[in-house]
Amino acid sequence: MYQTDMYEGLMAETVMIHGDKGDVINAYFARPLGAGPLAGMVLAHHLPGWDEWYKEITLKFARMGYATICPNLYCRVGHGTPEDVAAKARAAGGVPDDQAVADLAGAARFLTAQPTSSGKVGIFGTCSGGRHAYLAACRTPIYQAVVDCWGGRVVMSESEATPNQPVAPIVYTKDLASPLLGIFGNDDFGPTPDQVNQHEAELKKLGKNYEFHRYDGAGHGFFYHNRPMYRQEQAVDGWNKTFAFLEKHLK
Amino acid sequence: MCTMIARQVKIEGCGKGASGWFNLHEADVSYDHPFHAPYEHALNIDFVNESQGPGARVAVELSLEAARTLVDTIQAVLSRAEAGGYLEQVPGGN
Repeated sequence: MYQTDMYEGLMAETVMIHGDKGDVINAYFARPLGAGPLAGMVLAHHLPGWDEWYKEITLKFARMGYATICPNLYCRVGHGTPEDVAAKARAAGGVPDDQAVADLAGAARFLTAQPTSSGKVGIFGTCSGGRHAYLAACRTPIYQAVVDCWGGRVVMSESEATPNQPVAPIVYTKDLASPLLGIFGNDDFGPTPDQVNQHEAELKKLGKNYEFHRYDGAGHGFFYHNRPMYRQEQAVDGWNKTFAFLEKHLK
Repeated sequence: MCTMIARQVKIEGCGKGASGWFNLHEADVSYDHPFHAPYEHALNIDFVNESQGPGARVAVELSLEAARTLVDTIQAVLSRAEAGGYLEQVPGGN
């Protein structure tokens, strides 16, 4: 735990990494100064994009001692303000699942290739990023911990399948190899409490290592301090649970 | 949740963005997370010109009620214009 007489130092910068099909994409990378070894965290940003909130929490994870990278999953859409780029991705119905999973794996490989790496990497995401984090953990066995915050459409009906998201992530649950932390608001419309229950039932049936936390008085996105859905008490508790989970499994 | 409910339609017209007026080629209509409006979901319309990059965008984020009212209002205005014989397109006209 941090003490006020401790030295703190961070380095944060944009880096270029290899993503899906070897494409070069940009990413925001922050890590504590020092020789390490450092566990790594990959952050899967949400539908509103590679935005200020995700840059902020990249620094937050780094301050908590993780070499942290947040790849720009919308890099191929083009460049502009984060909102303009995200709007274009939104209009396209999001990015292909396969591409996002491979981009995130590229980010994880970047972390483990650093001389300061401990070799352990976790993944965290919110909203569509929570879904991508879960999907990535199921399909790419390179993570030692996964945090899914209110990832919508992990449970999908057939009618919700799209060319970019053809398969419900819950289908891949049998392949999940890492411990999972799930954080959800009971007032959320997606995932609904019933969908969270379905997801939990599948995890339980398959004997997976998971913990789910459901919050009353909170809906979707309740960590977002820049949005009206922010819920202070629930967000503080959710962050505490997130970092306790990561401490347990990555350090 | 991210609904991924989105549709694009080709349009003609002009929009005024951050860098001034530009020709519009597409409208992206979605019911999903807005960036600024204080709702979990909004009816979002981005009037864009994709050939000019992501920045060529005029954005609106509407409440459900506002979106429906807007649709009705556009239809009503067009009906009145049609009844008055004003709907012919005059290239370059005002």
